[in-house]
Amino acid sequence: MSDATEAAATIPITVDFSGGLEMLFDNQRRHAVDLPAADPGGKPATIVLLIDHLCKHLMKDPRTDMFVLDNHIRPGILVLINDADWELEGEEAYEIQPRDNILFVSTLHGG
Amino acid sequence: MAPTLCVNCKTERALIKRPKNHAKLCKSCFITVFEDEVHHTITSSRLFYPGEKVAIGASGGKDSTVLASVLKTLNERHGYGLELVLLSIDEGIKGYRDDSLETVKRNAVQYQMPLKVVGYDELYGWTMDQVVETIGKKGNCTYCGVFRRQALDRGAKMLGIKHVVTGHNADDVAETVLMNLLRGDLSRLSRSTSIVTGDSRSEVKRSKPLKYSYEKEIVLYAHHKKLDYFSTECIYSPEAFRGSARGLIKQLERVRPTAILDIVRSGEDMARLVPGDPKSACACKGQTPAVSAPAEDDIGGCGSQNARTPGNEMAAMDKQLRENEAHEVLEVDVAKAMSESKKNGDDKAWDLPFRGGNSASKTVARQVLGNCKRCGYMSSQDICQACMLLEGLNKNRAQIQI
Repeated sequence: MSDATEAAATIPITVDFSGGLEMLFDNQRRHAVDLPAADPGGKPATIVLLIDHLCKHLMKDPRTDMFVLDNHIRPGILVLINDADWELEGEEAYEIQPRDNILFVSTLHGG
Repeated sequence: MAPTLCVNCKTERALIKRPKNHAKLCKSCFITVFEDEVHHTITSSRLFYPGEKVAIGASGGKDSTVLASVLKTLNERHGYGLELVLLSIDEGIKGYRDDSLETVKRNAVQYQMPLKVVGYDELYGWTMDQVVETIGKKGNCTYCGVFRRQALDRGAKMLGIKHVVTGHNADDVAETVLMNLLRGDLSRLSRSTSIVTGDSRSEVKRSKPLKYSYEKEIVLYAHHKKLDYFSTECIYSPEAFRGSARGLIKQLERVRPTAILDIVRSGEDMARLVPGDPKSACACKGQTPAVSAPAEDDIGGCGSQNARTPGNEMAAMDKQLRENEAHEVLEVDVAKAMSESKKNGDDKAWDLPFRGGNSASKTVARQVLGNCKRCGYMSSQDICQACMLLEGLNKNRAQIQI
């Protein structure tokens, strides 16, 4: 998205929630998200920005601590970037690309 | 950046970073390695014998669904000759168990396994909804926990099955080790680490084939194999998964992923120091401990961790008090054995683990393991915990009806 010079430029991605996290997001597993292409400081959008965006714009449930603790993804929630463990992709620093699929799956809930 | 390649096949893109050794694996290598490790646990512990009928305690959640899937795969691949059955407990909680039971029903079709559902209502004459209606939400987990421990055994007996496998994973075991460590309860700690609980005296034994499997890998296995599972929290204890040892374990894992298996291993090592419970890592039944470890000791059977929350403390505490008493006899021996083998250890220090924090104020009648006079279920007291709780409930119901 090199032509994205306006402030309104966004990156289209899909975000999935499972393992019980969907209940924080309208009980819906898949969401199409238009993520701002850059953070307020002008840096390319990373997972950090995505998490902030999800908390501010997508999550209506007040229990944000079930998703984020101390400004980081709650331990016990796995993040898969295009099906790969985010630990292989740079974790929070991963720069989000158009049409990425980001899956958040909780290991914290029971059956 | 260029995709990382699988360290195993060196051709496919790595999708998984294993918590236990940081190995980067592709999807199919990961699935194979995961299954091979469970197979190793099963064979090295000699968990099953050919032709054995085994009930899988199935909640519809990730752990039991993965357990059912892996056991089916391994049973066919390695010719275990097992007859596998799904056994589900219906606590009778509307809006909670309904959806997960539907998942189990689908699993039964997917895995071609017979399914048996036993309900608290048929076993005890009470659903959890009715219990909560009578006693309120506070303390209801105690009832549910006590009822569940027996329910799996009774369900297995109805099916003529003597072995129930549960989906407890390494994180669950580490969590229990930590909690028992924090309580200073070494005897429970020792039992919680053994892969098989229940011995020759109990009619139904329990085992945990996923004891060394990381929860993270269980979830990834379910994800990559596209298994059909259901995640939920009990409506009566929405706070259940917060706080506690679980949060600590997950934070430790973040910093040092090997910590989970290290805690399990430490628990096993400590268990060897505890008298009367000679079970170790890969040991199974065979030796009869001085104080037998009935199935009711199993770590909370509840997938949503309810059974590990303070709601269950009362029952656990009561049990602990009885066990502390039982261990008093053995204390002298420990101290002696330790001081003999150790250099110049202070004998008194060895007494500490067995000093129940609040046992001083209460006295509990010394009991040996027998059977409940009412229901016949194994119990160290005349009347088992479930029957005691039922008595209270039934009195209440009588009052309400009048």
